[in-house]
Amino acid sequence: MNFGFTEEQELLRAEVRKFLDQNASLEEVRKIVESDEGFDRHLWNRMAELGWIGLTMPEAQGGMGLGFETFLVVLEETGRSLFPSPLISTLLAARAIERFGSEAQQARWLPGLANGETIGTLAVLEESDDWSSSGVRLEGKRDGGETILSGAKHFVPDAGNAGLFVVAYRSGADPEAVSLAVVEEGADGVAAGHLPAMDLTKRLGKLDLDDVRVADDALLAADWAGVQSLIDLGAALVTAETVGAAERALEITTEFAKQRIQFDSPIGRYQGVKHPLAEMFVDIESYKSLVYYAIWAIDAGDDVAPLAVSRAKAYVSETFPMAGISGVQLHGGVGFTWEYDIQLFLKRGKWMRPMFGDADYHYDRIADLGGL
Amino acid sequence: MDFNLTPEEAAFRDEVRAFLDENLDAAESERDMNWFGGWLKKVREKRWVGFSWPKEVGGGGGTVMQQVILKEEMAKRKAPPLGSCYMGLAWVGPSIIQYGNEEQKQKYIPDILDGTYQWCTGYSEPDSGSDLASLKCRCERDGDEYVVNGQKIWTSIAMISKMMILLVRTQTDVDVKHDGITCLLVEMDSPGIEVRPIKNMSGGAMFAEVFLTDVRVPVENRLGAEGGGWKVTVSALANERSSIAEVYGLTRKMEELKDLARDTERAGQRAIDIPSIRRRLQRAEIRIESMRLNGQRFLTKQLKGEPLGSETSINKLHRASLEVEMGELAMEITGSASTLMQGCDEAPEDGRWAKFALGWPEVVIGGGTPNIQKNIISERILGLPKD
Repeated sequence: MNFGFTEEQELLRAEVRKFLDQNASLEEVRKIVESDEGFDRHLWNRMAELGWIGLTMPEAQGGMGLGFETFLVVLEETGRSLFPSPLISTLLAARAIERFGSEAQQARWLPGLANGETIGTLAVLEESDDWSSSGVRLEGKRDGGETILSGAKHFVPDAGNAGLFVVAYRSGADPEAVSLAVVEEGADGVAAGHLPAMDLTKRLGKLDLDDVRVADDALLAADWAGVQSLIDLGAALVTAETVGAAERALEITTEFAKQRIQFDSPIGRYQGVKHPLAEMFVDIESYKSLVYYAIWAIDAGDDVAPLAVSRAKAYVSETFPMAGISGVQLHGGVGFTWEYDIQLFLKRGKWMRPMFGDADYHYDRIADLGGL
Repeated sequence: MDFNLTPEEAAFRDEVRAFLDENLDAAESERDMNWFGGWLKKVREKRWVGFSWPKEVGGGGGTVMQQVILKEEMAKRKAPPLGSCYMGLAWVGPSIIQYGNEEQKQKYIPDILDGTYQWCTGYSEPDSGSDLASLKCRCERDGDEYVVNGQKIWTSIAMISKMMILLVRTQTDVDVKHDGITCLLVEMDSPGIEVRPIKNMSGGAMFAEVFLTDVRVPVENRLGAEGGGWKVTVSALANERSSIAEVYGLTRKMEELKDLARDTERAGQRAIDIPSIRRRLQRAEIRIESMRLNGQRFLTKQLKGEPLGSETSINKLHRASLEVEMGELAMEITGSASTLMQGCDEAPEDGRWAKFALGWPEVVIGGGTPNIQKNIISERILGLPKD
């Protein structure tokens, strides 16, 4: 029984934190998100060189072959600094290809994803905003040895920057007949772009597919259970990143409460201020326990994984948005100015809430999985 | 991270399971006092009473990990408690083992393990509740004896206890109020002790006021140094806060609450199928799961030899809100009948849940109120200025 990180993992954490402190302070992040792409290609490439993007990808394809448990450490740090990048999206696309792609398909796409050249993303949701299999209506029509995809994918993370889309499509009449196809940007009929989103550090957009012809060698051997395991992984990774963001939001608010003087005393002395902060702390420690366990279960291939993921995401989706609100409130007037940083975390909470399923979705999923 | 058991740990788990298979030989409803007596004898022989205590004092010498395995297996099987001297096992024993002299260990520990008699804890006073260190119970030395005058309150099971672990003030002119407190082990039949039971809001009387008038306590009954009583107490309180066992109690209660929701029909449907009730049950269950995992994370720290700090307040706070919420949920599930108490056919499960819904304060307020736990977290962990 060991519910802790290894020394190597802690060293990696220190390394990532140093890198982000030097290159992506919140001041810097505010500048980065003003750019067209909304992330910094130069920093992205350096992270790829350091091996952080390919951390969990197979060594044979240019990755490092480590578990998600190690990647968790990276995500907590990118969460802390609200670092804008297509890291989770790229990782999910790579995971789809690694798990459901042939060796040839892996060799074709994974090296580019691991070395940062290709930005990948997973496109599941449609207009119905439904994460279940019935939400996937986009049909794959067979035509002369090819599959034609026509329709739109909504709320696609990093859609405007991605060079590679792993698209969930309907492959038959059965409600669960859903599979995955790899569609590349630039192919005929593919159009993608970003939408103005509340959280500027997270890009989100739409993918339009207009009679896009997909050759068989770009179809992955995934079924609905496989797609769902990717959604689960997405939920786990988003939760892990939220741990870091939540810790930073608490730090920022605690620091403010120590400095801000009202009624001749730092406001952090008053129980009306310190108690909500203590409650945030309790929640954050609980996110950690739930998501660490979920990610351990994913790595170990333990049956409890989907249940553990849903518990973590339901908890974090329900409470972190409220913590952001609490943080802004405790700052008072400056809390909702553009200048102060706490509002950035409130927005991160709102981005995170529905991403890969909100609390209601995950409560229902727990029931589907045989839980309560 | 690794949540798997080592071969040695797995072997211990199997040993526990085998023992429980053999000795939990009666259904829960059929376990009477006679059966319980037999159970206590067997677990005592097995050295599971005081399982974590050193073998020299008669405990089981179990490791932290073994304790967790034992408690988890017992909770799964709804096994009865290990031992019957509840306060002695939870609070008094650990303090005596840590601070007592040889004579004291030999005199008191075997009886705690055997459950020969009950102990109570004389900590809180009318004006010293959350601010325990401000306690005033007067104590003066007179030759080989201490003379105690004062009042204690919220003393659980005082009326059935033979012994009390008592905190008194031996010195008043101290700079820090924590100094000058001394811990005494007092016989409850000493002249000058009067116990007045306090009826609680569920109608029972589990705790009492204890009045002490010129009570003479031999000096050899002092636990730890004179003026060192706060240290003795804090170690016991820390012991209480780190207890991982409370999760198992909640898990068990949660299972029973789910059963209640399955068995209760409301307007033609099972209560558990009413979405608002189901959500609240699910939310509570996730909180309990997070407590279980928090406990394991803190356990990892302990196993690495790092001291447990104030983070144990986290589960205390979870537990506090869960005890209240689960009581409210039981009321919500059973509807109008939830207001009925024991003694009528209409009361669900003979008023058990009504009693539960009134019973949370003992757990939530005893051992540090939620607001105190929040102060501990915000001051000791977050570093906010003291209130």
